Amino acid sequence: MSDSLIALEHPTELQHHFADMEQQKSTSTFGMWLFLGTEIMFFGGMFAAYLIYRRWYYNEFALGSRSINIWLGTINTMVLICSSLTVALGVRAAQMGKRKLLVTLLLITMVFGVAFLGIKGVEWYQKYEEHHVPGSSFNASDLVSVGQKYGVHINQAHSQIYFSLYFALTGLHALHMVVGLGIFTVLTYFAWKGKYTPEYHTPIEIGGLYWHFVDIVWIYLFPLLYLIDRKPFH
Amino acid sequence: MAEHEHILSARLYVIIWAVLMCLTVITAGVAFIDLGPFNTVVALVIATFKALLVVLIFMHVKYTSDRLTKTVILSALFWLMLLLGLSLMDYGTRHFV
Amino acid sequence: MATAVVTTERENYINSEYGIRSWLLTTDHKRIALLYLLSITFFFFIGGFFALLIRLELLTPAGDLVQADTYNKLFTMHGQIMVFFFLIPSIPAVLGNFLVPMMIGAKDLAFPRINLLSWYLYIFGGCMMLHCIVTGGVDTGWTFYTPFSTAFTNTKVIEAGLSIFIVGFSSILTGLNFVVSIHRMRAPGLTWSRLPLFLWSIYATSIIFLLGTPVLAITLLLLIFERAFHLGIFDPTRGGDPLLFQHLFWFYSHPAVYIMILPAMGVVSEIIPCFSRKRVFGYSFVAMSSIAIAVFGFLVWAHHMFVAGISLYSALFFSILSYLVAVPSAVKVFNWTATMYKGSISFSTPMLYALGFIGLFTIGGLTGLFLAALGFDVHVTDTYFVIAHFHYIMVGGAVMGYLGGLHFWWPKISGRMYPEAWGRLAAAIVFIGFNLTFFPQFILGYMGMPRRYWQYPPEFQVLNVFSTAGSTILAVGYLLPMIYMLWSLRYGKIAGDNPWGAAGLEWKTASPPPTFNFDETPEVTWEAYNYDEIPMPEEVSLER
Repeated sequence: MSDSLIALEHPTELQHHFADMEQQKSTSTFGMWLFLGTEIMFFGGMFAAYLIYRRWYYNEFALGSRSINIWLGTINTMVLICSSLTVALGVRAAQMGKRKLLVTLLLITMVFGVAFLGIKGVEWYQKYEEHHVPGSSFNASDLVSVGQKYGVHINQAHSQIYFSLYFALTGLHALHMVVGLGIFTVLTYFAWKGKYTPEYHTPIEIGGLYWHFVDIVWIYLFPLLYLIDRKPFH
Repeated sequence: MAEHEHILSARLYVIIWAVLMCLTVITAGVAFIDLGPFNTVVALVIATFKALLVVLIFMHVKYTSDRLTKTVILSALFWLMLLLGLSLMDYGTRHFV
Repeated sequence: MATAVVTTERENYINSEYGIRSWLLTTDHKRIALLYLLSITFFFFIGGFFALLIRLELLTPAGDLVQADTYNKLFTMHGQIMVFFFLIPSIPAVLGNFLVPMMIGAKDLAFPRINLLSWYLYIFGGCMMLHCIVTGGVDTGWTFYTPFSTAFTNTKVIEAGLSIFIVGFSSILTGLNFVVSIHRMRAPGLTWSRLPLFLWSIYATSIIFLLGTPVLAITLLLLIFERAFHLGIFDPTRGGDPLLFQHLFWFYSHPAVYIMILPAMGVVSEIIPCFSRKRVFGYSFVAMSSIAIAVFGFLVWAHHMFVAGISLYSALFFSILSYLVAVPSAVKVFNWTATMYKGSISFSTPMLYALGFIGLFTIGGLTGLFLAALGFDVHVTDTYFVIAHFHYIMVGGAVMGYLGGLHFWWPKISGRMYPEAWGRLAAAIVFIGFNLTFFPQFILGYMGMPRRYWQYPPEFQVLNVFSTAGSTILAVGYLLPMIYMLWSLRYGKIAGDNPWGAAGLEWKTASPPPTFNFDETPEVTWEAYNYDEIPMPEEVSLER
């Protein structure tokens, strides 16, 4: 890299081992897609556990799902979809080189992200107050009595499996959101500094891919955790 | 590999966003109607449709000329099906004996 | 040789910068490969130390050297260190890191900083594992089976699990780097059908890294949650299913066997054509069989669970699928032997390891078919037959391949030749020591000696003494290369750019290579393994 001639030909954002910007961009994007592929398998292990226990303990899963606040879940889904829109528009702003618009959209995205986590926190706190957090203080006697009302037997241990998966899935999803917020903080900083141009904005693009992926995971978590059985009992 | 960037119109993004929002309301609403076993089916079909919209439009997969991206997505889904399918095969046939 | 001495003074990746900082903060794939070489060698000898203690305990039928509890920890630590800290990173992280960019004619891997990060993750996980060992260790067996690991043992399951979780990310990042580099960074003219077979193997291995390792990660995480909070996901007393843990664990850990053996197959596919002076026989079949092994490897995991209580129908299905893996493996063995047919073979050290690999891998693979058969598997499950089988694959296969590759590319890595006579002697010692250690275990297992016990009935003693004797010979065989390779760094003969007359881009640059591998980006105009166009160097031909 010490060669000054090469340095002249190379745009500053181009790392030494790539031939041109095109190669660097397609390489980074491909890397992110592969990473998202591994993420599918990461959540996949929990989906396998979910499927098996949902089949085995349907009543416990159904009543556990009913006990979660569907309003918070629906609003949170919408919040994430809004954030995906602002990310998509942000990538577009970067493609067109609109720095101020890009920074604004990134900031709005982060506000949505924080709002999601806040609502999630409220939901978790409700579960904590209801003693539905798995562990030594877990108590699902309320679900048992709801079950008696409708004539289904509820095993508290099996309810705990539902809530374990609920917390594992939403918790790891929230962890991904926190990582996403970290990434976006850095992106916003550099966007504000004017680092991204129509020629070079790969970080915005692959950061966006990550954000959309986390959104998609939630699009599946919502029906799987919140909508198992909401229909009225006969 | 040389691929010129598509800059999609902001209008398209907003339309997709509106569809996603509507689908969210619909899927939450449908859950309260008794469709028997089809409640789950409808919920998953809607979720998959939403996910497709995000992948194809927001993540630009529809507009990329790079087959590799689609290959990665499809193989990851295929492997997920292997994991789910082959383990469920055990659980589904245990009571046969 | 005077000219050769002059060439060593040109700048290369080793002498371009000095000081500990220049190593610990390097993003050069070759330096990172050397960092890995040092660290995995360290873990190899720790794991080997545990193995020797196990063999010493089993020298006599009575449990006299260590107590049962200690013995449980010994085999657990041996397994976890050898699998996660040596075998899985061995060829990919050392030889793969060193060779992939050079073989594709690139300056570096696609993401050099992520490459360094994965080494730090490895070291971080490794330090956690070491801390776990010195503060008490784990006794669950390397498989962490529930509910023992979550509800009964009072050893450090959480710490060991976390350390393996972290190294898992190291291998995911390494695999990601390889796949992206092979797709995006190839030199002009280097089409997929011209790729060295080593790269096909590394590519297939990386697919397993990417799609299997995350499942192990989430499984260990659930295990840790379960142990910490008693969730009931894997605990039968709370409605959980311990078999679910085994399903998820083996979904990764069976393909992990192919993570260990595929790169070794790649090394052998490089060595055999070079020392037979022939094009590899059936290139596309060897290449495709690597991919096939990676894919089929994901379809067979439940053959580890035949006696665990899975449904009979799924056991039947998994048994049949397990036979499938034999097909691509056999394709490789046949193609290697066909490559040697009518070749002008020279028995240099790397070739000796490669030949050893073929023999030992064949025995390991064929006994794997025994185990895929439901009836026979029930008979020998959890006996020494299984131990012998997978050591033939992992030690006879993977470690032989690793050592062969290390010898083959040592001139490129260090710029020096190791002493050939010592090399051949060590290869012979490893081969003899290995068979003496593990062949008796097939018989022991068939006779019914169970694994994981610190005592055994006296009638098994003779074979156990053979095995222990073999393990000490094997230890000598492993120490020798370390000594003479270190010796060669200073006193070895200057290697020259291409001492074997080998094909492949990595031999077209200097030894040791310059920091950016090539002075200018190479353009590939020839097919892979064009040995009919490359003359054999005189020194190699003298070794025939």
